[in-house]
This record gives sequence, structure tokens and C-alpha cells, in this order.
Amino acid sequence: MALRKPPLRDLLADRAKFTEFGGWEMPVEFDSIRTEHEAVRGSVGIFDVSHMGEIEVWGPDAAELMQRLTTNDVSRLSPGDGQYSAVTDESGVVLDDTVVYALPEAHQPDAGDAYLFVPNAGHDEEMAARWVDHRDRWDLDCTVENRTEEYAMFAVQGPDSEDLVANAAGEGVRDVSRFDVAEATVEGIDVLAARTGYTGEDGFEILCPWDGAETVWSALPCQPCGLGARDTLRIEKGFLLSGQDFDPESNPRTPYEAGIGFVVALDTDFVGRDALADATDPDERFVGLTLLDRGVPRSGYDITDGEGTVIGTVTSGTMSPTLGEPIGLGYVPREYADPGTEIGVVVRERKKDARVTETPFL
Amino acid sequence: MSFEIPDDLYYLETHEWARIEDGTARIGITDFAQDELGDVVFVELPDEGDELEQEAQFGVIESIKAVSDLYAPLSGTVSAVNEDLFDAPELVNEDPFGDGWMLELEGVDEDELDALLTPEEYEEQIA
Repeated sequence: MALRKPPLRDLLADRAKFTEFGGWEMPVEFDSIRTEHEAVRGSVGIFDVSHMGEIEVWGPDAAELMQRLTTNDVSRLSPGDGQYSAVTDESGVVLDDTVVYALPEAHQPDAGDAYLFVPNAGHDEEMAARWVDHRDRWDLDCTVENRTEEYAMFAVQGPDSEDLVANAAGEGVRDVSRFDVAEATVEGIDVLAARTGYTGEDGFEILCPWDGAETVWSALPCQPCGLGARDTLRIEKGFLLSGQDFDPESNPRTPYEAGIGFVVALDTDFVGRDALADATDPDERFVGLTLLDRGVPRSGYDITDGEGTVIGTVTSGTMSPTLGEPIGLGYVPREYADPGTEIGVVVRERKKDARVTETPFL
Repeated sequence: MSFEIPDDLYYLETHEWARIEDGTARIGITDFAQDELGDVVFVELPDEGDELEQEAQFGVIESIKAVSDLYAPLSGTVSAVNEDLFDAPELVNEDPFGDGWMLELEGVDEDELDALLTPEEYEEQIA
């Protein structure tokens, strides 16, 4: 199958190495992961994350549909608010994690509310179909539209991101609070500026039309960063990667197992709610770990107890550029989940000493 | 992008190089290989005295994003290991043909050089 190309694919062809990610051909590295990682922790960097999905839902029953298909409480959102959430199946297994925005006033239709949610790369078609199926099954009145290939998305992340974005999109963005979204204009192009990101730093995610992508990218001059640095940055903060730290097929997990129980509002009615009400204290937990011996933990490596008996699996790992230590994420039985617990990680058939570490790592 | 390919070295298809001097071979990975790997964070090397066979795996190199096996361009006995790489693996990125060398083999059989790529052949391979 041909890979989907983000709007800046050709512009960035000579500046970055590209990789397949979620069915898209995305920049993985511009200069070096270390350089890009340090720019985001120390000043500011920009990522092309146009592979992320965008699905709009609007109309009289839009709020109802969003409430019943996502785990968090959509009724808490006023126009311009966003929230982290999950999409679960009937058994409470996470199909995807997402951010749900109640779109600002000007995007509101005459009747009802308007939402935009952001599924992970490659999940947009499945999620759009899920929304349409359930809307029809429940006979709700709203429109669902997959706009993934109409919106480019750039993540501008780091302590200097506010100054950079304010310079390009106007001083008003300084007033946008964490997770909120506002309209703005960059070089005459209408954009949505959301105070979100996945690096653990202050930052914005800028959504703009595909045909304005080059103009908006150019108006935000700073270190360009690829998915490689995005991965090391999110691992240091203990954030999940869809398809790797959880996956409905290969690694089915509830939000409670995956450590995102805080996005489950059990007092709302959503698909998976009844299963999750009985699953708040799971047998396995998502933990951080630090390797004490030399080596690097990687996805798929076995986690053992102190004696070497296999108790779990590493789902993500790297050499932390900030800490200079090998760190990872993975699932262990709850009796091993306390920070400081001695465990092992099997690296090329040899057990390396490790310990459970509180996340975020920094 | 152009990569340094010194013309006094022999190359293995898997991107290791060998420099022969007085029956001893110094071994490392190429400029192209270090660029492909990205930031090198860990190198696992054999011990002095270990015997290596041509094209057999002798170690592992890890960058932030990937793990790769290292293969011996020649057979021989490990006579030196670059221990600087254990504390400063980034030397492989900074100076792959110099301070980023990995090990030295003694007792090499120069007939085995016929199986390796010339600089021209290696350049063609990575083009």
C-alpha cells in the first residue's frame, strides 16, 4: 500500500530522513535526535505531526456522541477547551488515546456543538467509521467528517515556544491555557492554536489547511525535529505511544492498566464503562524502569524479577538524552510496581539489573 | 549527502572497515554507517584474546533509535579494544575512522582481503 504523504514531504525531502509511521511517510530525524531533543528541552523545536488524525463532529447531538464514545467527561468542555481522553471497546480495552477539543465559538454551527478530536496516525479511518456507525445505531443527529488530509499539524514545543508562536500568530496565543484551543492567524492563514503537545514541555499544536502548511511552517523558524526526538521526549515523560505501549490486537490494555485511569469518567455513559467500573485495580501496571547495567532497554525485551523469572515486557525504551541513563516503560504485576523495586531486563539473552522508577523520569 | 571513504581501507558490505598495518588490522564502522545509525549510545565489544572469524558477528552497536550487529571484516585474534568507546560512544559519530575505531586483530590472513570491497566498490554500494 502506498504511504500517505504529509504536505511538506517534498519541501523537507533534502533536510530530513524519513520513515514509515502509521501508514505515513514522516520525517524521523533532521540533524540528530540528541540535537533536536536538547532544543526542545532547552529552547524550542518544531515537529511536523500531520500524520495525526483530525475528525470533526458537529450538530445537535454532537456532544452526546462524543460523550458516549470517549471515556472522559465531554460535558465539562466549553468552546475553546480540550481534554485528553481514550476510546475503549465494550470490554474496556483502549482502541486509541486522543485529545478532544470543543471548537471555539466561530466554528460552532447554528444548532448544537462542534468538536474536533485527534486520533493517532493510521487510526483516523477506523475512528471515523466507528463514530458514523454508532451515530446511526443510536439514531443521533450530527455530522462526522474525517479531515485528516485537510489539516496539517505542527507541534511547536519547548520553553521558548510561547514567544515563537506569539510572534507568528499574535499575542493572543499567550492567553491560551494548557489544553485549550483558540483561533489565530499566521501570515493571513487561519489556524487553530492548541496549547498541547507530547513532549512534556510547554508548547502549541498548530492546525492549518494543507495548502497553507509551507507558509505556516516557515513562519515558525526554529530547530526542526523528527519523530525520533518525539519518541525520546515522550518516553522521558512516561507518555504512552499508541500501537506500541498499548494495542487492541497485540497488547490490549485498559486505561487503568496503561496508567491513564485519570481520563475515565465512570459517572458518564460510554462504551466500555461497565467493564471499566470493575477494573479500576488491575493486576498489571504500566511502570517506568531504569537499567543499572550498561545497555539499552528496547520494546519487546523481557522484564524479570530480581532472580530472573520473566514477569513482563518492555514496551518502549531508549537512552535518555537528558539523563544519560537507559530508561524504559512496560508492564509488570502490581506487586512489582512500586518505585525502587529491583527487577531485570533481558538484553540479548543476558539479564541486566534494573529498577522500577517513578514516571515522569524528569 | 557525501560520505568520507578513505582510499587506504578495505570494506565489508555491512559497513565495517579494516586498515592493515604490519599484519595487524584495525577495525571500525564507516562514516555512512554512523550517519545511518544516528547518535551512538552504546557499544558492546569482544575481549582481548577472543578469536574472530571473517564475517562473524563480534559485537553490537546501539544508537538512540536502533540496535545493529557488528561483523568482522577479517579473521584474527583480538589484540586491542578501544575502551574509550565505553565511556564516550559518541566518538563513533565524531571520528569513525580515527578515535572511533573499535578493535585490533593480530594474525590476520591477508588472503582474506580478496573477499572485501575496495573503496570504489563500497562507494558504489552506498550510492
